[in-house]
Amino acid sequence: MVEENRQIYTVSNLTRKIKSLLEDNFPFIWITGEISNCSVPGSGHSYFTLKDNNAVISSVMFKNQKSRLKFNLENGIKIFGLARLSLYEPRGSYQLIFEHIEPEGAGATQLAYEQLKKRLADKGYFDDKYKKPIPFISSKVCIITSATGAAVQDIINIAQRRFSNSNLEIVSVKVQGHDSEKEIVNALELINEYQRSDLIILARGGGSLEDLASFNSELVANAVFYSKIPVITGIGHETDFTIADFVADLRAPTPSAAAELAFQDKNALKNKIFKLNENLKNLIKNKIFFLNNTVFDLKSRIKTPQIIIYDHRLRLEEYESRLHNNFLRYIKHKKEKLLYLTDVLNSLNHESILKRGYSITRFFKDKKVILNSDRIKKNDKLEIILSKGKLITKVEKING
Amino acid sequence: MGKKTFETALKKLEEIVKQMESNALDLEDAVKKYETGIKEAKYCLDILDKTEKKISLLSVDNSGNLQEKPFKQ
Repeated sequence: MVEENRQIYTVSNLTRKIKSLLEDNFPFIWITGEISNCSVPGSGHSYFTLKDNNAVISSVMFKNQKSRLKFNLENGIKIFGLARLSLYEPRGSYQLIFEHIEPEGAGATQLAYEQLKKRLADKGYFDDKYKKPIPFISSKVCIITSATGAAVQDIINIAQRRFSNSNLEIVSVKVQGHDSEKEIVNALELINEYQRSDLIILARGGGSLEDLASFNSELVANAVFYSKIPVITGIGHETDFTIADFVADLRAPTPSAAAELAFQDKNALKNKIFKLNENLKNLIKNKIFFLNNTVFDLKSRIKTPQIIIYDHRLRLEEYESRLHNNFLRYIKHKKEKLLYLTDVLNSLNHESILKRGYSITRFFKDKKVILNSDRIKKNDKLEIILSKGKLITKVEKING
Repeated sequence: MGKKTFETALKKLEEIVKQMESNALDLEDAVKKYETGIKEAKYCLDILDKTEKKISLLSVDNSGNLQEKPFKQ
């Protein structure tokens, strides 16, 4: 290399040259990649690294441009965007300055929805502990919707069908478009300020995700969350779940369904109460009737003195007859015994023995019967009783 | 005991009917319950009929005052 020919750059010169090379060649480019290392310092600008599998580029999106995005720049989001390449001389580094960014895939609105939903869920906005109970019967219900839409008609029809004397207040708002979000928030604040109603129905007929945008906004979510009056939402169709639905105290799939939840079927309730009332009357009537009968029954079983005397007389008569019968039986028994003994006695009578040829010998003097010869002496006078007649004899000899 | 509402009154009425059906009450209690039950039923019916049938449109006028107009369907 020849010394005279060599060109010596200063750092600034070279940098400036590289800068113009880069910036002239890549004034505005579309680029795709994934966000990482995202940070938002006090300035409000977003600094991040855009990367793919093999390379990274430092990137920035300034606050101004960011304010037009519907979603937040977060790590892991795959994006494509319009950027210019810029070299920052004091640090000798180049970076992409993004003018516009869109998420890849689902689209910005969808991503914004997911991001807000997650953020509010993390803040606890959807937690059951914040859900206020829906009054069973509301004396006044406020409806926030478009006064000219179908939703308001549906709600009025169902309210009047179910609860004929329903008291409704309508605050008409735009349910889509630029002012919609603000109007809904104002309506919620107005109703809470005046506290005239017990319940709010926030409603809108069906529409695309874009049509429902105001119900997916953070401002409306906040207003619903901070409402002191319970809020039922009935937004879009059954398959639409807006952020407002998640924050609301109760979500109905449609405006009509919201009205069904807000208004009880008055006739059914009345029938129920009438029936309970009838039951109550019958029950007390039956109870008194039953107690009455019990008293009558008990009263009839009380014994009067006459009955007590009569009872005693009956018993007395019974004893009397038993006594009489027993006595007769006793007599009869004795009589039988007597007859029996007479028979026995008859069979033992000495006369019948004498008849058979036996005789009785006794002392003539004292008439004592002699059974033994021991006490008899010679010449004792004895009497012998025969079956017929007596003999008086003298003892001649005693055979021991 | 919380604030008396239609719902609490209706629940009380149902409970009273159930208790009376069980037949375990003496007459004094039954009569007391009956009187309470009839009162609760009347309270419920009154609530159902007391609201005024009305549909109005609320708005805020230029000076920030609340305006109420009948709503024309």
